[in-house]
Amino acid sequence: MEIKEIVLPGELIAEKKGRKAGRGTYFEGEKVFAGVLGIPRVDENEISVMPLSGVYTPSIEDKVVGIIQGVEISGWTVGINSPYLAFLPLSEGVSEFVDTQRTDISRFFDINDIISCKISKVTKNKTIQVSMRSIGSRKLYGGITIKVTPTKIPRIIGKGGSMISLIKEKTGCEIIAGQNGIVWMRGERKDKAIEAIMTIERESHTIGLTEKIEKLLGEVV
Amino acid sequence: MSETGEKLIIDGKRLDGREPEQLRPIQMEVKIINRANGSSLVNFGGTHAIASVHGPRALFPRWMQESDTGILRCRYNMAPFSVEDRKSPGPDRRSVEISKVARLAIEPAIFLEDFPKATIDVFIEVLQADGSTRVTGINAASLALADAGVPMRDLVTACSVGKIDGVLVADLNGKEDNNSEVDMALAMLSTKKKITLLQMDGSVNKEELMILLNLAEKSCEKIYEIQKKVLKEKYKRI
Amino acid sequence: MERYALELIEKGKRIDGRKLEEFRPIRIKRDISQKAEGSASVKIGETEVIAGVKLKIGEPYSDAKDQGILIVNAEFTPLASPDFESGPPGEDAVELARVVDRGLRESKCIDLEKLCIVPGEKVWTTFVDIHIINHQGNLIDAAALASLAALLSAKVPKLDGEDILRGDYDRPLPVVFKPINITVGKVGEKFLVDPIFEEEGILNSKLSVSVRDDDNICALQKQGNGELTIEDIGKMVDIAIEKSKEIRKLVE
Repeated sequence: MEIKEIVLPGELIAEKKGRKAGRGTYFEGEKVFAGVLGIPRVDENEISVMPLSGVYTPSIEDKVVGIIQGVEISGWTVGINSPYLAFLPLSEGVSEFVDTQRTDISRFFDINDIISCKISKVTKNKTIQVSMRSIGSRKLYGGITIKVTPTKIPRIIGKGGSMISLIKEKTGCEIIAGQNGIVWMRGERKDKAIEAIMTIERESHTIGLTEKIEKLLGEVV
Repeated sequence: MSETGEKLIIDGKRLDGREPEQLRPIQMEVKIINRANGSSLVNFGGTHAIASVHGPRALFPRWMQESDTGILRCRYNMAPFSVEDRKSPGPDRRSVEISKVARLAIEPAIFLEDFPKATIDVFIEVLQADGSTRVTGINAASLALADAGVPMRDLVTACSVGKIDGVLVADLNGKEDNNSEVDMALAMLSTKKKITLLQMDGSVNKEELMILLNLAEKSCEKIYEIQKKVLKEKYKRI
Repeated sequence: MERYALELIEKGKRIDGRKLEEFRPIRIKRDISQKAEGSASVKIGETEVIAGVKLKIGEPYSDAKDQGILIVNAEFTPLASPDFESGPPGEDAVELARVVDRGLRESKCIDLEKLCIVPGEKVWTTFVDIHIINHQGNLIDAAALASLAALLSAKVPKLDGEDILRGDYDRPLPVVFKPINITVGKVGEKFLVDPIFEEEGILNSKLSVSVRDDDNICALQKQGNGELTIEDIGKMVDIAIEKSKEIRKLVE
């Protein structure tokens, strides 16, 4: 099993040469250094490092799976597997008009409900807002959620969704992988889906992973 | 000369057979505690320390939060069975001071401003003490932070140096520590070579002090090579 | 205020008009507490610290059977600053006590062998208790100086068999060296000494240096979350050695 080279915080990756010092890096003058333990990516536009581990730091437009933690007057607080709690304003969660004086909004979302939504605002102070207005956002009924390292999600989804489609097809499960590391799934062969996902999490930085997963799933009845 | 008049250097070699600038056998491992975001184990000869990192995570109570930056909290603790005469559990004055200097040794390496209102909690436990426990703990903490994927400018590497029987040495063991003429702990940002912890006691003139500082820097370079190797290798094998 | 202090320092000046390497006026008063075997109050500018020395009889440590014992303690009492809280010493108080302790201990300031009464059984234990009265910056230097002045004024009580005859003295406490602690701060590329409270916030690195009469360095403690190069440390130690001579004259 071959792997791409790992860089440590403080290691010099490359000279800037007009490129962007992207996520996971920092620069001093023309030198771009790794700012986290991970896999470096260098192309003609950007130098970045994909972290091998770490907590989820919300970014605008991220699609996440959240859990309602509190019901407030004009919205809900949502846990998004991050040091920061997000807020779902009433107007971003419900499209009909709601009279907050007379309505108990927990009828829309109650504590422990799971939702898929999008990060709509991240302030400098890390105040986070989510919205359910985007396509694909909905309340997720039944099923279970598992937590994986957020930085492994891209690998779990795969290029153009290829990996996650493979798992969904072979296991017959509905699966939504939030960029915040929470994966929701519902279906008969959840166990195989979980096994596949855990394997990807462990071996995400290796080459030849796709074949291994295909083999693992190939045996599903 | 030790308190009992015993020599610590015989024929140019230390009692454990080492050359003056030689470090003890070093072992390092990461990801040993799966419930922590990051963790490590570091052994320098008979001194064993483990470190674990929880976070970045939400910080409560709220009044402790800094609105524009994260904070780092560090707890250094020695297990009661880590020393010859059982140590009562819980912080004593020495542990309180070491917790503070260890935190200040590591803080400059972390991009705390990326995590306003949050905290990164580092725990260092010394399981077996044979000299140079604080620097072993700091080396472990640095690995655990990298293992946790915490955004950092650099790793932190630490070592001890000192003077025993008139000879300048690196990596003091327990006996040498207790009987040294000078004993110094130093931590630095590993590649930038900037010093983040410096403590010394004994009696030394300025010229010798500068030689000790340079010896410490050289020793840290050797230790950094091991830290690097351990982190890179962890992800090589399946 | 802090930004203003920073701008001035870059130009080599300070908020209170001092030069970078200038201490505030220092006033030392000895024997300020009659019940103590030794005591002193030190003011550096408006920072005020009192140290008291009490002697008790105790058992020696098993690995130093013929030596007296030194114990240093510090209290950051809330009256000294709105930032201090009641209760057991926090990390700053613990650090201050231990740094002052190491400066006194490692310099062999007190001839502990002369505090032995019966080897292996009875020795004098010297307690140095530091109380911060007003925090206007540079606590460690003030505390170390107060401790030293208190020790220099201390006397060993007479012994009548098992009883200590308090108030009746035998001899002065055997002090052989006068270690002086100088804290040097780094701001940008400049170094300064004796920071006032308002300057403490902008110093990201400080080095506390304990210097003995023969210019030997007996203790070092880096403070703050900044970084220093080996070169910086060399320069800071030079400054500390120089200033220590000046300060030592005040206790001679």
